[in-house]
Amino acid sequence: MTKEISRRSFLKGGLAAAGAVAASSLPLPASVKASTGEELATLIDIRKCIGCEACVEACQEVNEPKFPEPKKPFPKMYPSRVKVSDWSDDRDVTDRLTPYNWVFIQEATVTVNGKEETFSFPRRCMHCQNPPCADLCPWGAARKLRNGITRIDADICLGGSKCKTVCPWHFPQRQTGVGLYLDILPNFAGNGVMYKCDRCYNRIEKGELPACIDICPEKVQKIGPRDEIIKEAHAIAKEIKGYIYGEKENGGTNTIYVSPVPFAELNKAIEKGPGMPDLNPVKDSMAHADNLAKAMIIAPIAGIAAAAGKFYSTSKKLTQSEEGKK
Amino acid sequence: MKARSYALTTGKKWLKKFYILLFTVLAFTGFGQMPIFKRYYISDIPGMGWSADFYVTHYIHYIGAILLLGLVAYCILDYFFTGRREFRLTASAYVRILLLGGIVITGIFRVLKNLPDVVFSPALTLFIDIAHLGFMMFYLLAALLFLIIKSGWTRGIDD
Repeated sequence: MTKEISRRSFLKGGLAAAGAVAASSLPLPASVKASTGEELATLIDIRKCIGCEACVEACQEVNEPKFPEPKKPFPKMYPSRVKVSDWSDDRDVTDRLTPYNWVFIQEATVTVNGKEETFSFPRRCMHCQNPPCADLCPWGAARKLRNGITRIDADICLGGSKCKTVCPWHFPQRQTGVGLYLDILPNFAGNGVMYKCDRCYNRIEKGELPACIDICPEKVQKIGPRDEIIKEAHAIAKEIKGYIYGEKENGGTNTIYVSPVPFAELNKAIEKGPGMPDLNPVKDSMAHADNLAKAMIIAPIAGIAAAAGKFYSTSKKLTQSEEGKK
Repeated sequence: MKARSYALTTGKKWLKKFYILLFTVLAFTGFGQMPIFKRYYISDIPGMGWSADFYVTHYIHYIGAILLLGLVAYCILDYFFTGRREFRLTASAYVRILLLGGIVITGIFRVLKNLPDVVFSPALTLFIDIAHLGFMMFYLLAALLFLIIKSGWTRGIDD
């Protein structure tokens, strides 16, 4: 434990100093490159994370061009219950998710076999397989890509925060005073743009690793085709008698955590709140809608059957009445 | 023969009322997909708290869509079986059918997009979302206009 902490502290300090160094551009693994169009997932082995925040810094650095530059003063919004969400003066905040911080380190101190142990792990968008944020976005601003990334298009998003409401972990974060709403009805509709991890979609397009994976000195994360990542996660879990989070949550996600302690224990120990998601078990948010979608196939058949039935009974009555006249 | 005597004898009145009710529910829950009901106090009206729950409005919208699909299939077939021998559709009916067709088709794509393992391109996703809303807005405007000028769906064969 002591050895673990000192190593963690040493590396944390060293890597923080090296934070200004831009993320290198390691290429994607061959298995990823070969799997064009295949759903990619990331594996996060929390045993390896030392909480150095190198991933946090790398994420901020490579994604800085995507960060909001709001115009101030913000347009007055009506009604008065609509609140401004402004993080532009708090860009250095790294202990939670913000529009300027798309990944942060969560820490949990738990007792394992009578010993107190601290685990740290990066938290960011899980990139669900059937993401409710993308499914329910009324504008098509949030969408899922074929490679398993869920991203929000900042040029289209109006900042209504619906994606945050329907996300089981409430990942997306809003910045007021930026985006399309300013050109439509800034006083009466919209409230900025929602921001969250886009798993460095632009780097992946170029065949590079996401910055947080690329920079990590402990190789906490890896990316690959989802099937392979799931297999590996299970192999690790079997080996360490560990636990998996993200495989089944919300119907399946593309971020798979492996831990030597139950996630329920970690969940109790982490700080939770706005911008600090929990580790609760999550049912498939879209399951009911998917079942109802199946009923939509039956509906027209029922309509056709009803019309045919009506036609048959009307024809029968007509024939009977004509026969009666004769 | 006038449209009034159209052979949907047992169903005509309730069918019309059902269609209006169904469309109202679909329009309300459809607009409820935008985050406006909470902002504009609709969900603060006693008994309307559910309208701010996006999942609830989404389920109701889906149930409404199921009923609409059944109703549309019924009406199309019934028209070809019996209706076309008894009445004609007005020009305004064709406009409404066109817009309704747009709503239904984009709605079907919207549902497909929401299924697991179905991924559309960003451009198609955007088009479907905006087109679905656009067709609905135009339908409501057209319905209002036709209500003002008193143009119904049907006319007699000889009119």
